[in-house]
Amino acid sequence: MADASTLVPLTVAVPLITAALLAAVSRWIPRRGPDLAALAAAVAVTVMSVALVVATRDTPIVYWFGGWHPVRGVALGIDFVVEPAGASLAALSGVIAVASLVFSWRYFEEVGHLYHTLVLTLLAGMVGFSLSGDLFNIFVWLELMSVAAYALCGYQIHQSGVVQGALTFAVLNTIGTLTLLMGIALVYGRTGALNLAQIGESLHGHPPGGPVIVAFTLITAGLLVKAGAVPFHFWLADAYTVVPAPVGALFAGVMSDLAYHTFARVYWDGFSDALAAHRDAVRDALLVLAVASILVGAVMALLEAELKRQVAFATVANGGLVLAGIALLTPRGLGGATMLVVVDGLLKAALFLLIAAIIQWLDGGDELLLHGRGRRRGGVLPGVLLAACGLGFALVPPFGPFLGTALAVDAAGRPWLTAVAACGAAATGAVFLRAAARIFLGWGPREDPAITREPTESREGEPEFQPNDDWKRVGHRIIMLAPPTVLVIAGYVLSLVPGVADWFTSVAHGITTPHRTAEYVLSGHLPPLPPLPHSHGHYAPGGSAWACAAGSLIGSVLLAAASLWWQRLGRVVRRVLLVPVAALKSVHDGAVGDYTLWFATGVAALGAVWTLTLR
Amino acid sequence: MSVYPYVVAGVLFLAGLYGVVSSRNYIHAAVCLTVMQSGTYVALIALGAVSGGQAPITKGAQPGKPMADPVVQALTLTDVVVSVVALALMLALAQQSRRRGGTLDPDELARVRG
Repeated sequence: MADASTLVPLTVAVPLITAALLAAVSRWIPRRGPDLAALAAAVAVTVMSVALVVATRDTPIVYWFGGWHPVRGVALGIDFVVEPAGASLAALSGVIAVASLVFSWRYFEEVGHLYHTLVLTLLAGMVGFSLSGDLFNIFVWLELMSVAAYALCGYQIHQSGVVQGALTFAVLNTIGTLTLLMGIALVYGRTGALNLAQIGESLHGHPPGGPVIVAFTLITAGLLVKAGAVPFHFWLADAYTVVPAPVGALFAGVMSDLAYHTFARVYWDGFSDALAAHRDAVRDALLVLAVASILVGAVMALLEAELKRQVAFATVANGGLVLAGIALLTPRGLGGATMLVVVDGLLKAALFLLIAAIIQWLDGGDELLLHGRGRRRGGVLPGVLLAACGLGFALVPPFGPFLGTALAVDAAGRPWLTAVAACGAAATGAVFLRAAARIFLGWGPREDPAITREPTESREGEPEFQPNDDWKRVGHRIIMLAPPTVLVIAGYVLSLVPGVADWFTSVAHGITTPHRTAEYVLSGHLPPLPPLPHSHGHYAPGGSAWACAAGSLIGSVLLAAASLWWQRLGRVVRRVLLVPVAALKSVHDGAVGDYTLWFATGVAALGAVWTLTLR
Repeated sequence: MSVYPYVVAGVLFLAGLYGVVSSRNYIHAAVCLTVMQSGTYVALIALGAVSGGQAPITKGAQPGKPMADPVVQALTLTDVVVSVVALALMLALAQQSRRRGGTLDPDELARVRG
């Protein structure tokens, strides 16, 4: 390889050009042509991103499009700043896109000629979003991936539930991106810069002032809409319920959590200096959102019977944990968060593909409907995979989600946060353990008044097919179950790589030293990395991490059992339990106006808190 | 620099947001989003405006007169393109909603919930 920096533009150019070519010609070539071309492009993105992770292990790569290098410390062009964290998220997007495309190979009998174009556009958007070092460029990539995502979400457009979910998705996300754009406009007005490094340098050393605080609030809110943090999460569940499952793997696996990572980059590169005196205020507000996301997501996931909706709310809960890691504003917290994005992303993508296989095999995606239907030949592997995902979310040591969470809770050193993380992990784990027990073992009753049955038609968002027909063919089963199996194994094994926790911490340390990056971006000179504070050699999970894992593991098994058999409790207890359940559910009412009102309330509250505290 | 353009931008943004909150019709909601977007155009253009300035076109420019900031104008153009795509998609979905569900009212269509 001559120079790794030549790969940087190709990571977005290859999928975009392939997408454009496929849009032009795929109407006239047989189905397998576009399948192979899209798969090749996704594999290429994955390989190039992995190469960039390796190439940037010591120094980041800054790539200026069109050769517009900065002149005397002023950024003129648009740059991609490739550091290992961003590159590994690009690689994650690529891996999940490959799995999703392999899966679609058999999943869609009829796939329109634009499906591959849309998936590749979404992939390019995600890669650009995680690598770009320019605030407005980040907005453009966000819009590109959002528009492709709206279209993919409404792919099975002839079902009316799909139309509603996709419209809610489109409206709320457009409001989010507009809010982000308003924030960007304010930043540009204050600093005259769009490059993140330049913004950071020009805000450095001044008290933040009104416009900067408002801009930071708007940018935070805009990105958190995409990420699905409470109270901006309402669109997420409705959209994920109606998305075709292979696309859902991309949504739940990477798209949501990328926004958290980009938020972390924007905070550190752009605003961390200006707000350095008010770290506590930033941290506390973000922690409130994080805890709310963990709790609401975990409880709502427990109250759903439809598998896709369970994953949607589990995404909200996991995202809350990621946000908690970022909110600590320490390298170790951010490292844990980044690791969680990768590992949980693999598991969530595996879950979505597994659910798609279950829907096609058993003709339904609702755990009450499927009660005991998995007890037949060929049910062992899907059942084991579902339970493995559940155990992964429940933080089985020493595997991936455990290690990422351990980094975050050890960095926090706050017992209450450890407890919240344990509760969230216990509940999200319990959801999938319960689903596995109900579907594949036939445990528990067939009816449950507390959990919402499939709120829409059976198999909303999925293509038409004859269930069971293809499933008897071994080749078909392999193609359907291989991608989720590989993803689960990857998610589990990643944490066994020696030193992986330290690697994520040191990568995060690079992000949390914005001056160094800024000097490199603007002048090409890279100062040495200051040593990581409080570093004691190799990381080993501390006491609170083990307590968290033990609590969540025991908790998830107990909670799964309790939610299977809770109806045996007395009538009074049942009534008392059902009241708050109904209240929480009535908030998620599917009305786009109400969701927008929640958004406006959230922005107003965040803005009010930060206006008062960040002075 | 005058404060009025920013007031206009804020009013447009909030009016559009109110419209989406109270909307009973998907096409209405899509238009409200366009109103919000117009707020961002006004804010961006206002940022680059200079009083007594001229358009940022160097060919045939009058010497001595300050030029408006071309960057924000480029941003606005990008923004327009992006918003047209999103609007087109939303209108297409609204049309499908009418065709399949027989209604444009979000509340009548709302089926994914709880």
